[in-house]
Amino acid sequence: MKVIVPVKRVPDTAGDKVIDADTKTMDRDAGETVLCPVNEFAIEEAVKLKEATGAEVTVLLIGPDGAQSTIRKALSYGLDGAIQVTDDAISGSDALGTARVIAAALADVEFDVVIFGNQSTDARTSLVPAAVAELLDLPSLTYARFMEIDGDAITVHREHEEGWDVVESTLPAVVSVVEAINEPRYPNFKGIMAAKSKPLDVKSLADLGVDAAAVGAGDAAATMYAFEPRPPKAAGTIVTDDGSGSAADDLADWMEEQKFI
Amino acid sequence: MTDYTPPLRDIRFVLDHVVDLDRLATLDDYAHVDGDLVMGLLDEAGRFTASALAPANRDGDTIGATLHDGEVTTPDSWKKAYDDYVAAGWGALQHPAAYGGGDFPLVVANAFKEMMTAANMAFALGPLLTTGAVYAMLHHASDELQQTWLPRMVSGEWAGTMNLTEPQAGSDVGALTTRAERVEDGTYRITGQKIYITYGEHDLTDQIVHLVLARLPDAPEGTKGISLFLVPKFLLDEDGQPAERNDVTCVSIEHKVGIHASPTCVMAYGEDGDGAVGWLVGEEHDGMRAMFTMMNDARLQVGLQGLAIAERAHQQAADYARERRQGTAPGAERGTQSPIVDHPDVRRMLLDSKARIEAMRVLTYANAMAIDLADALDGDEAAHWQKVADLYTPLSKAWCTDLGVEVASTAIQVHGGMGYVEETGVAQHWRDARIAPIYEGTNGIQALDLVGRKLGYDGGEFVPSHLASLRDDVADDRDELASTMAGVAAGLDVLEETTTWLLEHRADLRDVFAGATPYLRLFATVVAGTLLARGASAALDQVEAGVDVDFHRAKLTTARYFAEQVVPEVHALAPRVTATARDLFALDPDQLG
Ligand SMILES: Cc1cc2nc3c(=O)[nH]c(=O)nc-3n(C[C@H](O)[C@H](O)[C@H](O)COP(=O)(O)OP(=O)(O)OC[C@H]3O[C@@H](n4cnc5c(N)ncnc54)[C@H](O)[C@@H]3O)c2cc1C
Ligand SMILES: Cc1cc2nc3c(=O)[nH]c(=O)nc-3n(C[C@H](O)[C@H](O)[C@H](O)COP(=O)(O)OP(=O)(O)OC[C@H]3O[C@@H](n4cnc5c(N)ncnc54)[C@H](O)[C@@H]3O)c2cc1C
Repeated sequence: MKVIVPVKRVPDTAGDKVIDADTKTMDRDAGETVLCPVNEFAIEEAVKLKEATGAEVTVLLIGPDGAQSTIRKALSYGLDGAIQVTDDAISGSDALGTARVIAAALADVEFDVVIFGNQSTDARTSLVPAAVAELLDLPSLTYARFMEIDGDAITVHREHEEGWDVVESTLPAVVSVVEAINEPRYPNFKGIMAAKSKPLDVKSLADLGVDAAAVGAGDAAATMYAFEPRPPKAAGTIVTDDGSGSAADDLADWMEEQKFI
Repeated sequence: MTDYTPPLRDIRFVLDHVVDLDRLATLDDYAHVDGDLVMGLLDEAGRFTASALAPANRDGDTIGATLHDGEVTTPDSWKKAYDDYVAAGWGALQHPAAYGGGDFPLVVANAFKEMMTAANMAFALGPLLTTGAVYAMLHHASDELQQTWLPRMVSGEWAGTMNLTEPQAGSDVGALTTRAERVEDGTYRITGQKIYITYGEHDLTDQIVHLVLARLPDAPEGTKGISLFLVPKFLLDEDGQPAERNDVTCVSIEHKVGIHASPTCVMAYGEDGDGAVGWLVGEEHDGMRAMFTMMNDARLQVGLQGLAIAERAHQQAADYARERRQGTAPGAERGTQSPIVDHPDVRRMLLDSKARIEAMRVLTYANAMAIDLADALDGDEAAHWQKVADLYTPLSKAWCTDLGVEVASTAIQVHGGMGYVEETGVAQHWRDARIAPIYEGTNGIQALDLVGRKLGYDGGEFVPSHLASLRDDVADDRDELASTMAGVAAGLDVLEETTTWLLEHRADLRDVFAGATPYLRLFATVVAGTLLARGASAALDQVEAGVDVDFHRAKLTTARYFAEQVVPEVHALAPRVTATARDLFALDPDQLG
């Protein structure tokens, strides 16, 4: 079985995001960057397939040279190799543009299943997995909180507000997973060392036959008009008791006001 | 619960600029050690310790280890943490590739161990003993024993222990009476009782490999009649899997001041029959040599515990001091409460702790580096570095564990009343730290090792010549370093004078032993000072080159503080080194209290 895990480099979730005022895009070179934490769940699912069936797992990353440490990090979980698509023209792509590049890269390789994280921690659109499936005309099984492959059939439990649906399809297919699906392991130190020597195939848009005009900021369907930093947290309400037990009433009033009760 | 932030930049600074990690890469054994790879590994290792081990530290204290019917149970969070530890493989970093290790130098493994211990000292103590057992076996066990036992000990799947202590044989190991009998098939039967055995029994692994010191029937008296045996909890079946239970049981566990989840066991060998089945490690009557291999590693690791626990407690104190408001600091607006970090006296506590932590780190890392160089070099050079390592080991063990307790106590002080209340968790570090000056040879025994054994190397010439070589580190004549260099150089003068005095009075054992503990403290303070001075020179180079200026300026400051305000403690210590035993023995034992 062949598995592809697309991964993304994102700003460290603990740090502040830096957005360039002119281009209104994220400055990915400012501050620490990490492998998107949601990808770790997709990787864990792929590693489990590898352990169970000997699946060959390839990482796919769309991004500049500077993102190679993210690829190595992903490989350190014991994955087999990586494809990187890098091209200045990709910069500024929206979710759809990114999906076009990923779809083109996937069209070039053999696979049975593609496992995405359901969203990235920086943009949180959740659009890319479904868009890629649509572009490749493949079944789209998103928001999986459970997945199981049996022969060329796949079953996932698709999470939603009321619970989950059981969704089945044939392979090849595109899956996106939510964090409830597993508990990612820590990379093993030998895996970290081995990641250095895993094959990495670097491709440009031309290699994939993608028209540079179809991606990037210029062609984006989504336009960013304005952005604003998150307002600072307002001070909390402090309820003090005057000794008569008044705090209990005050608290109850407040909770009613906030529609908690 | 509090977080632990692995001090990766500080560690990298020491590896790059104080112990010169790059030098190792020029030696055949360590050609694969490149700085960026090492830092990449340590970065991930740090993340592991902070997120997988640190959160279980509180459970360790509040739930602890419990004993029922000979079985010891650790907190649930510990089993998960231990499984993660084995899966991530960090315990194998410094062991030979032949047994599944990473062939990394000790100095790199120790950086990991510093972080593991800071995250969760009682947890890290288990792997510490396993590592010591692996070393003893690598150097002394037969090929067959190595093949059978080492791979799963290197990975951490099986744990190791170290069994020296008996009720009448603590510091005096030679007094032990556990018996071993030869059996025709070449194995041995072990009978006797050991006390205070760390991780003697637990539920973290499905095998425990005990290394036990015992006496054969025809053994000479004292330490020359001790042999070392491997006694597993379970005998192995034909497939090499743990099967039948060996006659080893945990009869009780101690109720302790700290490290509550590290079970400290009374172990009974051969209670039910003819003795527990054991295999000889090394030669008969030569067990102390193997035990020393194990202890030397363990002594440095225990020194690291002092560093690690100090770092952890200090991080918590520094965080608290930035949050807590109390009083108006000089210069602050009247009527406002300042964060206590703005009070000079709180600054004093924090900077003093920080400087001592950095001093412990340079000393323990230089100690590990000396061991690595002794391993990787040949001939005279190897012999030289072995002597440096032997000299630094008692310093690391005793000085760092004393400072660990002191810094943890200061961290409580910074917290005020909240420090004495268990809820904040800072008191746990102090309670945990308190064992380290006691086990692995009390700090008093370390001081005796320093003056009784190490000072005598090369007929008394080694230490003075080593001290002379340390002058190179205080020779930087740039203005900005003037008081740093002068402060440490003055300390070196005092260390040389007291060393000369001790060498001259070698014949008067009682006088020399009377001054041993203050001498060890003086010695370690000065050696750490020279290493910090070396770091300061490098930090100034970086500042001048415009690299991470704030970070490197801070290094200049801590080194200067240490040289100006800590090293002068040697002037108070020197009279205690040379006082002789006169007053100590002027009183009868009854008059002492
Ligand atoms: C939590 C814990 C874990 C331990 N883990 C292990 C373990 O895993 N394996 C193991 O074998 N042991 C273990 N020990 C035992 C430990 O190593 C001993 O407690 C230690 O060696 C001291 O021995 P003792 O307790 O008998 O003290 P004693 O030897 O009675 O010492 C009492 C005091 O006298 C001093 N003293 C003793 N002899 C001399 C001397 N010749 N000169 C000067 N001063 C002297 C000591 O420095 C000390 O201050 C552990 C102990 C504890 C508390
Ligand atoms: C077991 C226990 C029993 C107690 N019993 C009583 C009792 O019976 N009655 C009672 O009234 N109180 C009692 N206390 C309270 C005790 O007196 C306070 O805890 C103590 O005064 C310290 O105050 P704090 O805890 O608020 O610490 P903080 O004042 O917050 O001090 C924290 C740290 O900041 C330093 N610091 C604070 N202000 C300054 C400053 N201006 N300049 C320099 N450094 C500063 C302190 O030295 C300390 O190191 C008790 C506390 C404990 C833990």
